[in-house]
Amino acid sequence: MGELSRFWRESEHRYRLMGTKCGNCNVTYFPPRDICPKCHRESIGKMKPVQLQGKGEIISFTIVHDSPPRFIRQRPYFMALIKLDEGPTITGQIVDCDADEVDIGKRVRTVFRKIAEEGKSGIIEYGYKFIIDQ
Amino acid sequence: MKTLNKAYIIGAGETKYGELWEKSLRELAVEAGLKAVENAGIFSKEIEVLYGSNSLAGTINGQENIGSLISDFSGIAENNIPAIRIEASTASGGAAVRQAYLAVKSGEYDVVMVGGVEKMTDIYGSEIIDLTSSVLDREWEAFLGATPAALAAMSARKYMKDFNVPKEALAMVSVNDHLNASKNSHAQYRNKITLEQALNATPVAEPLNLMDCSPVSDGAAAVIVASEKYVKKNGIEGVEILSSAASQDYLAVHSRKSIYRLDSTVLAAREALGKAKLKLDNISFSEIHDSYSIYGLMELEDLGFAEKGKAKDLVYDEIKLNGRIPVNPSGGLKAKGNPFGATGVGQFVEAYTQLKGKAGERQVKSPVNALLHNMGGTGSTSVVHILGGVA
Ligand SMILES: [Zn+2]
Repeated sequence: MGELSRFWRESEHRYRLMGTKCGNCNVTYFPPRDICPKCHRESIGKMKPVQLQGKGEIISFTIVHDSPPRFIRQRPYFMALIKLDEGPTITGQIVDCDADEVDIGKRVRTVFRKIAEEGKSGIIEYGYKFIIDQ
Repeated sequence: MKTLNKAYIIGAGETKYGELWEKSLRELAVEAGLKAVENAGIFSKEIEVLYGSNSLAGTINGQENIGSLISDFSGIAENNIPAIRIEASTASGGAAVRQAYLAVKSGEYDVVMVGGVEKMTDIYGSEIIDLTSSVLDREWEAFLGATPAALAAMSARKYMKDFNVPKEALAMVSVNDHLNASKNSHAQYRNKITLEQALNATPVAEPLNLMDCSPVSDGAAAVIVASEKYVKKNGIEGVEILSSAASQDYLAVHSRKSIYRLDSTVLAAREALGKAKLKLDNISFSEIHDSYSIYGLMELEDLGFAEKGKAKDLVYDEIKLNGRIPVNPSGGLKAKGNPFGATGVGQFVEAYTQLKGKAGERQVKSPVNALLHNMGGTGSTSVVHILGGVA
């Protein structure tokens, strides 16, 4: 299966929340892109890696009850769309919070956590989740 | 633009949708295909090219090479015609009919078959949620715990807040689907549901519950598309495909300009209506891709039936079978069912049946034109077709 190599490939970006910034229009992207969708060929060779601070605001959220097998032990869990201060919107879980703490407009920040455990391989996958930024 | 050839649907057929334990992927495809051929009154040797539409057979059933599979077991392997699979996630069906339309318009072919199929119940339990999540961005959405329902739910929550839309409005989309499906013998769920039942079902991804979400379905649908030349020569009364448009957006919801406006739908609808030289006032009924109830509202707006946030004014009466703008007379994705690769082709089966005046109990009154909207993933692809009056 291609699972392992696929997720190792992106792990640096997931671990360190690395995005890219277009040197032509200065827009920051996450996940990272090789081409800027606004500047096209003008951006080739000008997409620079950029470290994101991981702070932002909840645009919307849901509480997931029906999940794939990898997440069954975490149910129910919060998923959110978060607008990062640098501009891009990102999808991630919100953890370590009470239900009434999560709302549209609340400030959050990233933490490094276990995302899931692959049933068959036993591989533990890590990446970013969000907590409420008090 | 110069119109080279007109393209017509001359036959259509589908299996029942549902949990069809006793039927395999290939049996479903063959059943729908044979029905379409028989309905068209053609000989299978007249088919010049076959487009198979399917989304997930590679992972669910371990079967790729769907074009060959359908061709082979439909008994036309020795016709040696091209048989190609078209994949555009849950918009595969619409995309495949679009290829057939283009093949006929180009003048290259006179008789084209489209067969859409999905066999989703070969996988048990929650594993299917992982596989259907492959229509998302695997690495930056699904990997982190997002599911198709979760993404629809996040659109729903923000939409309801920004436009002050009550959950009841979402539920009415499902109530309408179930009411129409109760009159469709091919539908997966033929039970009517009350608003109360729709609001109080088991949560899936809040605020969406089981009654906001299309089910896991098996099913197949097929249509025969033919040229004007063929239709005239054989004296066939087809239903013309007046226009076809497809549009694309970012794969992941988080990259899009809005989480509750489907730009691919806005653009495809505008283009399809423009090419058909029609306005929404000319549309007798629509089949829309309401895989989640919230999408039913967003699509009504993005197709142009209402301003953003105002579809709530349409879902109580106007979308009913006898309403001003009938929506999903088939029962839609919630109640007719959503066998991914078949769903978009099934919309053509419904439209063909309706426009021929053969929909029985669920017949829309004197329909002239139909709008079909088929969407991939959470809105990354939209395919819109306009079908018109009996030739
Ligand atoms: Zn740029």
